[in-house]
Amino acid sequence: MSEGVMQADQPPVIEAAPAGDLFAKFDGVIAMREGLLKAGQEDPFSLVMEQVLSPTRAICNGRETILLGTYNYMGMTFDPDVIAAGKQALADFGTGTTGSRVLNGTYQGHRECEDALREFYGMDHAMVFSTGYQANLGIISTIAGKGDYIVLDIDSHASIWDGCALGNAEVVPFRHNDIDAMEKRLKRIPEGAGKLVILEGVYSMLGDIAPLKEMVAIARKHGAMVLVDEAHSMGFIGENGRGVAEDAGVMDDVDFIIGTFSKSVGTVGGFCVSNHPKFEIMRLVCRPYVFTASLPPSVVATAATSIRKLMDGADKRAHLWKNSRRLHGGLKALGFELGTAKALSAIVAVIMPDLEKGAAMWQALLHEGLYVNLARPPATPANMTLLRCSLCAEHSDAEVETILGMFERAGKAVGII
Amino acid sequence: MDRAETDRRIREQLEPFNSKRIAVAEGTSFAGDLEFDSLTVMDFVAAIEDEFDIIISMNQQAEIETWAQLVDAVHAMRKDGA
Ligand SMILES: Cc1ncc(COP(=O)(O)O)c(C=O)c1O
Repeated sequence: MSEGVMQADQPPVIEAAPAGDLFAKFDGVIAMREGLLKAGQEDPFSLVMEQVLSPTRAICNGRETILLGTYNYMGMTFDPDVIAAGKQALADFGTGTTGSRVLNGTYQGHRECEDALREFYGMDHAMVFSTGYQANLGIISTIAGKGDYIVLDIDSHASIWDGCALGNAEVVPFRHNDIDAMEKRLKRIPEGAGKLVILEGVYSMLGDIAPLKEMVAIARKHGAMVLVDEAHSMGFIGENGRGVAEDAGVMDDVDFIIGTFSKSVGTVGGFCVSNHPKFEIMRLVCRPYVFTASLPPSVVATAATSIRKLMDGADKRAHLWKNSRRLHGGLKALGFELGTAKALSAIVAVIMPDLEKGAAMWQALLHEGLYVNLARPPATPANMTLLRCSLCAEHSDAEVETILGMFERAGKAVGII
Repeated sequence: MDRAETDRRIREQLEPFNSKRIAVAEGTSFAGDLEFDSLTVMDFVAAIEDEFDIIISMNQQAEIETWAQLVDAVHAMRKDGA
């Protein structure tokens, strides 16, 4: 699921506007937002970070704030080696490529970044896109064409849904993480049709993970290719940080892994890695790869350096897990209702009784000096209001205790615990 | 196997999702009259799919707005010699 706060991940069916103003169709969203602001809220969806002090601290609205709602899982954004690589590339190669990857936009740095990804995943091919969104959009819409079937989890990220919408394949969703529902749908696909199963390693709304071992085996049994989006697991799940597929021991049965540089890697960009022998042809036929400018040299240099450091980030990884387990256990002990029974990823989702209380709690935490993500219907599963906490390997043990204290005070003040 | 039988079996599947007991006729719309949200649509479609052992892809669902259209679509897809 996405971080899109006003929209469901699945594309909405928008009613035609009665006449003239093409913006009339947004009246519902405008009213919803105004309603929330009228309740005297600080706008949860237009917070500005005036200064960023470290991966875990920023000045927001004049207050020093602990960041617990970013995807900076491995805290790479201020890593001195990563910053140095970016500065060097900026000096040596300039600010931008001003061109597509397939024309003048592939520099040495783009190649080196793809080399780093191939090594990181132990895969034959790696293709870097300008964002993870475009990686999903491009790969899905290009490989699944007319007459093919895409079978996907209903809680998939917006970029996955949009990849489906951009292509011409038949789209068949199944209930979240429901192995039987997935298999039933695969069984019913007409003989001979191409099949693509799309799963995520970690689902970012609740921080739960997919039963990849079972699902990938079933997909294989029915002759489907498998794409797994590991956006929220890279760097810290699996022995080498390759993600949930590695942890489940099914890397060899996954055809395509999609990932992003905008989370653990700490910059921006997206990618697909694969062992498919014909994978390189994607560079010519995948429109969201071809018809857009490539990433700036400084971005691919920071990404490559960060990815290589993540390869031996075992200590950071261990600390991130410690943080996640401590926060999860601490919040549970305080009496909060959480999205998962135990810590399964670096995301801990706190379920709010309703939007009003959720928004009040979000604001109370901000006043305490803590930033978390407020997620609300329709972007959330089962229309829940969530306070999503995402941990960073750079949160200290003491910071996690401070965070728990903030939750306790805010929760009591708002009347949730 | 006639259309009326298909209609009857889909009606059975609708039961648990029609909590307001809205009377369903050929022209009844899912979004407007029955106020189905996307989660309800998914569950209702899954129930019909299981009942008839068919797939109704989202692409096909996009063409279906009313009860009559649903019954026609399902009836046409039935593998058991409809
Ligand atoms: C599961 C998933 N896939 C893809 C993306 C897109 O990544 P990016 O931020 O690189 O566009 C995100 C992040 O928003 C995500 O959560």
